[in-house]
Amino acid sequence: MNISHVQAGLSEPEAVGPIPNGPGAAAILAAGIGSAALGILSLAGDAWAAIGKSLNFYNPTGTLSSVTTVTIVIWLASWYILNLRWRTKNVAVTRVNISAFIGLAIGLALTFPPVMDLIQGK
Amino acid sequence: MEISTHDLWTALHGMGFGALFMLAFSGALAALYRTYAPVSATPPNSRAQSLLTLYLVAMVVLAWLTVFSGAYIVYPWYRAVPPVGITDLADFPRRLLLSSGKTSEWHNVGMEWKEHVAWLAPIAMTMVAYVTWKYRRAIAQPQHMRTAVLVFAVAAFVATGIAGAFGAFLNKYAPIRGGHIIILMEAEK
Repeated sequence: MNISHVQAGLSEPEAVGPIPNGPGAAAILAAGIGSAALGILSLAGDAWAAIGKSLNFYNPTGTLSSVTTVTIVIWLASWYILNLRWRTKNVAVTRVNISAFIGLAIGLALTFPPVMDLIQGK
Repeated sequence: MEISTHDLWTALHGMGFGALFMLAFSGALAALYRTYAPVSATPPNSRAQSLLTLYLVAMVVLAWLTVFSGAYIVYPWYRAVPPVGITDLADFPRRLLLSSGKTSEWHNVGMEWKEHVAWLAPIAMTMVAYVTWKYRRAIAQPQHMRTAVLVFAVAAFVATGIAGAFGAFLNKYAPIRGGHIIILMEAEK
């Protein structure tokens, strides 16, 4: 194995050639935040009638339209803000990945109806 | 041979955009893994990298078309509320499924899961395409960014698989009907 590969894999923060890793890390973390937002909003719309009602932006689609619209807004806004902060920087991608994977796991778990029901005690 | 507009949109959503997106995963995952392998025997050249980026962008477009056509065109027909006094629920798939204990979980689990989890795929694939475009071959160097790209690509594949499988089953037990009839062919008498 190439020694430089090993070093690149273990040392943080790691640059990506001449381009800083910040923009990529921002996209990765924003995807995790978007996934978590989808899960949390799906649960909120399902669990609490008042939130479900307030999330009903477009009646033919019900809460789905607003859950997904708000998710997209949160995802894009977090991507924009993180990119502004990190676009010229090299950041610790391991920590970014862990946070993004937690967000992804929240998104996958909370969109699964039996988990939603379990949380709501149904 | 005829088809209704609702059938046509449902087929376009599921078998056009959705199935094409799903099929594209086999190529994308193989290409991403090969490109980002820690020790790549043959690093991709500039042309191959551009083709991969184009391929991923096409997948992103398909993913967004799938979820938007599903949520804003097909789903309102699925959840249509029947007028009072209607006993034939064939044109109201959600109510049809919920009318029997034998089929209600297709909605309560299947549709409830599908309609939400599907949205993870375009979000994840947009990130995958962006990072691949942004860093091109340079991403083969740092292992952590490569790991995130592969994990999110696999998650998008899983989410699409769940949505696609339940979509097929839901359309079997409570197909979306209605709309204008389009005559495609007519047999000669």
